[in-house]
Amino acid sequence: MNYSLQLMMALPELVLAVGAILLMLVAAWGGAQSTRLVSWTAIAVLIGAGISLAGPASAGGEAFGGLYRPDMFAAFAKALIFLAAGVSILIAPRFFAETSGDDLRPEYPVLILLSAAGMGMMVSAGDLMSLYVGLELQSLSAYILASFMRRDTRSAEAGLKYFVLGALASGILLYGISLVYGFSGTTLFSGIADAYASGEQKTGLLFGLVFVFSGLAFKMSAVPFHMWTPDVYEGAPTPVTAFFASAPKVAAIALATRVAIDAMGPAIADWRQIVIFASLASIIFGSVAAIRQDNIKRLLAYSSIANVGFALVGLAAGGEAGVSSVLYYVAIYVVMTLGSFLVVLQMRDAEGRPVETIASLAGMSRTRPGLAVAMAIFMFSLAGIPPLLGFFSKLQVFLAAVHAGLFVFAAVAAAASTIGAYYYLKIVKVMYFDEPAPAFGGRTDPVEGLLLVISAVVISPLGWPLLGFLEVWTGAAAKALF
Amino acid sequence: MITLTHYLVVSAILFTLGVLGIFMNRKNLIVILMAIELILLSVNLNLVAFSNALHDLVGQVFAMFVLTVAAGEAAIGLAILVIYFRGRGTISVEDVNRMKG
Repeated sequence: MNYSLQLMMALPELVLAVGAILLMLVAAWGGAQSTRLVSWTAIAVLIGAGISLAGPASAGGEAFGGLYRPDMFAAFAKALIFLAAGVSILIAPRFFAETSGDDLRPEYPVLILLSAAGMGMMVSAGDLMSLYVGLELQSLSAYILASFMRRDTRSAEAGLKYFVLGALASGILLYGISLVYGFSGTTLFSGIADAYASGEQKTGLLFGLVFVFSGLAFKMSAVPFHMWTPDVYEGAPTPVTAFFASAPKVAAIALATRVAIDAMGPAIADWRQIVIFASLASIIFGSVAAIRQDNIKRLLAYSSIANVGFALVGLAAGGEAGVSSVLYYVAIYVVMTLGSFLVVLQMRDAEGRPVETIASLAGMSRTRPGLAVAMAIFMFSLAGIPPLLGFFSKLQVFLAAVHAGLFVFAAVAAAASTIGAYYYLKIVKVMYFDEPAPAFGGRTDPVEGLLLVISAVVISPLGWPLLGFLEVWTGAAAKALF
Repeated sequence: MITLTHYLVVSAILFTLGVLGIFMNRKNLIVILMAIELILLSVNLNLVAFSNALHDLVGQVFAMFVLTVAAGEAAIGLAILVIYFRGRGTISVEDVNRMKG
């Protein structure tokens, strides 16, 4: 296969990487004044990378000797990732300007771009080596982003915790990778699948599988490897938290799906047990632990843990229907979670400093009715209440599990989702029925307002027409893996 | 004669020491960085030993990637440690508790 076609297949990552390097130079020379320029150029680069997905980057096949897979599955995940990365850049400048101490530095959009390039590499990986390099590019950028407010001790602590536990996760994943390589004799996903199918070296390969899934569970923040999530989400600056809750989650879930289906497909009976356990534990623990939180960012962190559990319900089902339900779930989850964090960004006291307590939402239906309606839509949707889109995404994963014959599992997961409804509804109750707290100050940024309206409309019943498209796209994406 | 098994056992011991070093260390954060390096080195040993046993170069190439990434990881880890120390004036593990959890 000729080299230029292979480069065309990897065009989204090339655009992001070259864009990030050039913008890094602009940032180095321009200093803090260049933030606006760098931010908008970074958005343009993300849009360019998104457009390039339409070309050979989603045509299927493989590039660079199987290291890179430019298929529909990767393209769908990348579209979500680029969208979430773009939103995270758009919502950042106002937050940093109004939070005392630090102005937004132009390195922020550059790091988001590098992280997006790493995530693109992750979801397109066809080999353990490209998997590892992509994952590390994403993680290393994320560690810096978490500690981006250098003068804020909570942000530095979040970065430190994320770094230590993330590095441990990478180590566990790598150890698993080394075992899989040693006992299968190759790092290519197709070769690994053959080794699992042959049934030789069963014990060694099983150990490798357990380590690899533990490392991936860490990156998706599935129970029992979730302990970093609440602290990192609370300590990191809110735009960064919004980014963490959306793009890297999509990338990690898509990567786990690809590894499970592509590389370890023949061992489905082995990894299904792990995934079912992680899924149920995430749903139950995420829901129960969220009940006693009084910080909205911590609450959303536990909510994201529970949501990973629901996405894993689809993965446990396996097969084409299972994979498409996973993508369906994360697509709607990304819009819901970005919307919720957009509301959190509007929570500021009279001087414009961010507040994070749930109590400060009290009576928002009277002080800020529009914002209260949007938050209510996101909360009802996260709780999975029809006719909002969050209901349909849960329905899809449960249907996939039922069709795969996992009746008890689907029933327990569905029952556990009602625990989650309690704390989502509690927020709605605080907003609508409690005595008003002091109204939020500060102005609403037009860009943030627009994004908030768009995400609320998409999640509301007005977004129903999109569901048909989503079903077609996730179906095509899932087909690419089989 | 030193066989593949010997290498795998040494590497497993190093990996366990690294993980224990992260969880049982109560003193300071630099030790955690060292424990992380230990984990990555145990992986490298595994990869190179397998590469030799399988007569396959991929494992050694992989080990090179791991070394490079480990260098970047250590640099970023130390940088975060420096800004943490500036804010708090300590690198004791027990003081990393501004947020519960």
